[in-house]
Amino acid sequence: MPEDKLLRPNRDVGIIGYGAYIPRYRLPASEVARIWKGENFKGPPGEKAVAGLDEDVITMSIEASRNALARAAIDPTEIRAVWVGSESHPYAVKPTSTVVAEAIGAVPNTLAADWQFACKAGTEAMQAAIGFVGSGMAEVALSVGMDKAQGRPGGALEYTAGAGGAAYLIGTADRSLVTIEASYSFTTDTPDFFRRANEKYPEHGERFTGEPAYFKHVTAAADEIMQSSGLKAEDFAFAVFHQPNAKFPTRVARSLGFIPEQLKPGLLVPMIGNTYAGSALVGLTAILDIARPDERILMVSYGSGAGSDSFIFKTTENLIHRRELAPATLEYISRRTEIDYATYARYRGKLVSK
Amino acid sequence: MEISRHWRLAKQRYALVGEVCPNCEHKIFPPRDICPDCGEEAQDLYQFSGRGEVYSYTQVQQAPTGFEEYAPYTVALIKLEEGPMLTAQLTDMGKRPVSIGMPVEMVTRKLRSDGERGMLIYGYKFRPAIAS
Amino acid sequence: MTNHQHGSGDDVVIIGVGMTPVGEHWDTSIRELALQAIKMARGGLAALIPDAIYVANMLAPALSSQTQLGALISDFAGLRGVETLTIEAAGASGGSAIRQAFMALKSGLAKCVLVIGVEKVTDGVGTDVDSALATSTDADYEAIHGITPTSQAALLMRRYFYENDAPKDALAGFSITAHQNAITNPNAMFRQGMQPVQYLNAPMISAPLNMFDAAPLADGSAALLIARADAVPSGLSAPMVRIIASSLASTTLALHDRPDMLHMSALESSVQQALEMSDLRLEDLDLFELHDQYSILAALALEAAGFAPRGKGWELARNGEISQSGSIPISTFGGSKARGDTGGATGVYQVAEITRQLQGLAGENQVADARYGMAQCIGGVGSTAATHILARIEP
Repeated sequence: MPEDKLLRPNRDVGIIGYGAYIPRYRLPASEVARIWKGENFKGPPGEKAVAGLDEDVITMSIEASRNALARAAIDPTEIRAVWVGSESHPYAVKPTSTVVAEAIGAVPNTLAADWQFACKAGTEAMQAAIGFVGSGMAEVALSVGMDKAQGRPGGALEYTAGAGGAAYLIGTADRSLVTIEASYSFTTDTPDFFRRANEKYPEHGERFTGEPAYFKHVTAAADEIMQSSGLKAEDFAFAVFHQPNAKFPTRVARSLGFIPEQLKPGLLVPMIGNTYAGSALVGLTAILDIARPDERILMVSYGSGAGSDSFIFKTTENLIHRRELAPATLEYISRRTEIDYATYARYRGKLVSK
Repeated sequence: MEISRHWRLAKQRYALVGEVCPNCEHKIFPPRDICPDCGEEAQDLYQFSGRGEVYSYTQVQQAPTGFEEYAPYTVALIKLEEGPMLTAQLTDMGKRPVSIGMPVEMVTRKLRSDGERGMLIYGYKFRPAIAS
Repeated sequence: MTNHQHGSGDDVVIIGVGMTPVGEHWDTSIRELALQAIKMARGGLAALIPDAIYVANMLAPALSSQTQLGALISDFAGLRGVETLTIEAAGASGGSAIRQAFMALKSGLAKCVLVIGVEKVTDGVGTDVDSALATSTDADYEAIHGITPTSQAALLMRRYFYENDAPKDALAGFSITAHQNAITNPNAMFRQGMQPVQYLNAPMISAPLNMFDAAPLADGSAALLIARADAVPSGLSAPMVRIIASSLASTTLALHDRPDMLHMSALESSVQQALEMSDLRLEDLDLFELHDQYSILAALALEAAGFAPRGKGWELARNGEISQSGSIPISTFGGSKARGDTGGATGVYQVAEITRQLQGLAGENQVADARYGMAQCIGGVGSTAATHILARIEP
C-alpha cells in the first residue's frame, strides 16, 4: 500500500467528452414559499430546474450522453461501459443504462449498470470508469450522474430538489480534453438522508446532514487528495463541490482555502437547484465550458449515507475547440420557462389523478 | 400489456435510425425495406441527423388512452432535412408559438407508459433547435 | 351520355333500404340496432333469403369486444347459416361492403346480398373511444405519438390554409349546409340547423379545427338488400335503383408517407374508376354523398373528384353550389356532420340516402329530378376510398 490513499489506475486516463443536460422549466423558491409559508413570507432566493412531463432520468441521460459523444467525436460502439448514477431511476428493476446505451448506439458489447449512492452515484460511476479504462479492460466508458429529485410537498427539500446532470466519457489520457491527475473515495456509515424502498419521498436528519455528514466527508476527501498530490487551494483554477444549497459548498470551499472566484463558475445551485447525483458533475461541465488549457480543477462530491469522491482534473488544448460541438451548460440554463406551483405539482406527478 | 412491439422498434424510436436505398440513395423513415422511390430492396441502416422543420401542427385537447396526462400536447408533421416526413410530438416549446417552417431538432422523450405497471415507452419528439 | 335504362340480367339493383335514426341508442345493443335496419330493408321481402350477408363495421372489436359480427347479426336476424362476414376499412367499411356485394352479384356467385352497416359507439366512454378511432392510423408510427383522426384532419386543415388563400371561415359552408339539410331528416342527430356565427364562435377541438368542423360520432345502422336484376322478385313497393359503378382505391395508411398530402389520390382514382365504369362525366351527377366527417375532408374530396380545382373546394361551399339546389348537392340528408357520423356504417347510409333521392322518396330533402348520384366513403384521412355511382331506373 502506498503512503497516500489515492486510487491509482494502471495507465493515465481522462475525460474525452462531456455533456450537460438541464430541463427548461424553473420553479422559483419564492413560489414554494408562497404556497407553504403564505403570501407575505419572503422566500429564499434562487430557483430550481424542473423536468417536463415527458422527461425522466433516462431521457435526460440520453441527451447529456449525446452531448458527450458529440464532443468526443468517437464511434459509440467504442464505449464498453454505460453507467448511470441516480436516485430517481424510472424503473425499480430494469436498468436505465440499457435504454441509454441503446439510444446512443453503444450496444451490444457493453457493460451496463445503474449506480445508487444518493448524490454521489454519478461520481461513483466516474470513479469506476477510471478504473475500467485505467486497468486496460476498456478504451472508453460512459459515466452519467443525473437526477429528477424528490422533495415532499412543503418540506425543506422542495425548495431545491431540482433536475439535471451530466455525462462523461472516460478514455485514455492521450485523447483527453481533460486529464485526471488523481482520485480518491472516502466512505462511512452515516444515515443523514435516506429513502426507504417504495417510499416516494426521502427523510433527512436536518442539522445532522451538516457537520457529521456533508462537512466531514467532503473535507476529508478534499484534504486527502490535495495533500497526497502536494497541492494547495491556490494551485487550482476552479473548485466544484456537491451543492445541496449555496451555503454548504461556499463554507467548505472557504475552509479549504478557496476563494469565491474559484467556486463561482461551478456553483449552479441558485439557478437550477440541487440536481443530486448530477450536482457536482453539472457544476464541472459549466467550468469546462469556460476553462483555459492547463488549468487544474478540484471536484468533490457528496452522497448521503455517506461518502465523498474527490478528483483532480487538468484541462488540455483539446478542450477548447471540442467543447463547441455541443450546447454549453449556460445555454441550457438560459433556456428558461418559469412555472407556478400548480404546474410544478402536475409535472412532478404530485396530483393524484388515478 | 404490450412489450415486444415497442422493443422491436427501439432503434428507430430512440435514435431515428432509418434506412437508405443502396440503389438510389433515397433516405427512408419510417423504415419500409422497399425503397418508395425506386422500388429496390433498401435495408441498409441510416442514422438521421434529427434536424427538420415543422410542416404542419395542431394541439390535441382530447387525448386517447395513455396520453391523458400529457394533454394538451402538440402533434406535428416534421419534414426531416434528409427528405422524409414523420409524425411526432413537439416538446419543450415553452411559451414560444409554433409555426410552419420552424426549425426543430429530435430529442428522445417518454411517449407514454403502458398503463400503471407496464413498460415505459420512449421515442422521438422534436423541440425548437438549441443554439450551439 | 350512355343510356343506363336498357338493363341486363347481371345488373346490380337495390331492392330494399333500411336506416335507423342516428344518435345515442343507450338501450339498444349492436345486434338489435342492426336488426332494426335489416327489418326495414327486408320489409315485404322476408321470403327472399340472401346468399350472403356483409356487415360493415370498424369499432366493435375495440368498443363492444366483439368480432364475428356477421354470424352474430345474421343469427339474430333469423338468417342463421347464411354466408356472412365483417368488412372493415375504417370509415370506408360501408362502401367496401357494398363493393363486395357488387362483385359477388356481378360474378353470379350470389343472386341477392344483404349489406348492413352498423356502429355502436356509445358502448365505449371517455378516452377509449378516441383510442378506438386512432386505430385507423398507423399504430407504430402515428398512434404511438398520441395522434387521432381529428388531429390528423387538423394537420391537413392547417396546411390547406397555409398553402391556399382562403378566409378563416372558408370551410363553414360545409357545416351550415349539412345542418340545414338535416332539419328535415327524421334520422338525423342534429335537426336545429346552425348559423354562421356559431361556426365563428365554436371552440377549437384541435386548432384550427373547431367543433363545427367535426362530425359527432353516434350509433346507427343502415341496410341494403341488393340483388341481380334477373333475381328480383315481383311486386316491389318502391322503385329499384341500379348500382352502375363500384370502385375502391387506396394509398398510404400513414399521412406522413404521402408525397403530397393535400392531394387525396385514393379519392381521385376511385372517382375516376367509377366514372369510367359508368361512362358518365362529373357534370352528369346530380348529387354527391361525400365523406364529410371533417369539413376539410369534404373540401379535399370535392377537389379530388374534380368538382373544384386544387385549393378551391371550399368555394363551392361558400357560393351555395353544394346546397340542395346547387350544381352539386352534397350531404343531402345532413351527411356525417349533422345526420351523425356512424363510422363504418357511413357508406351504407350514403348509398341508402342516394337510393331515396333516386327513387324520388327524399321528401323535403329531394334533389329535383335526381338521376345519378355518387357516394364516396373514406378510411382514415383518405387511405381507402370506396366510390359508387347509382342510377335511377325510369318507370
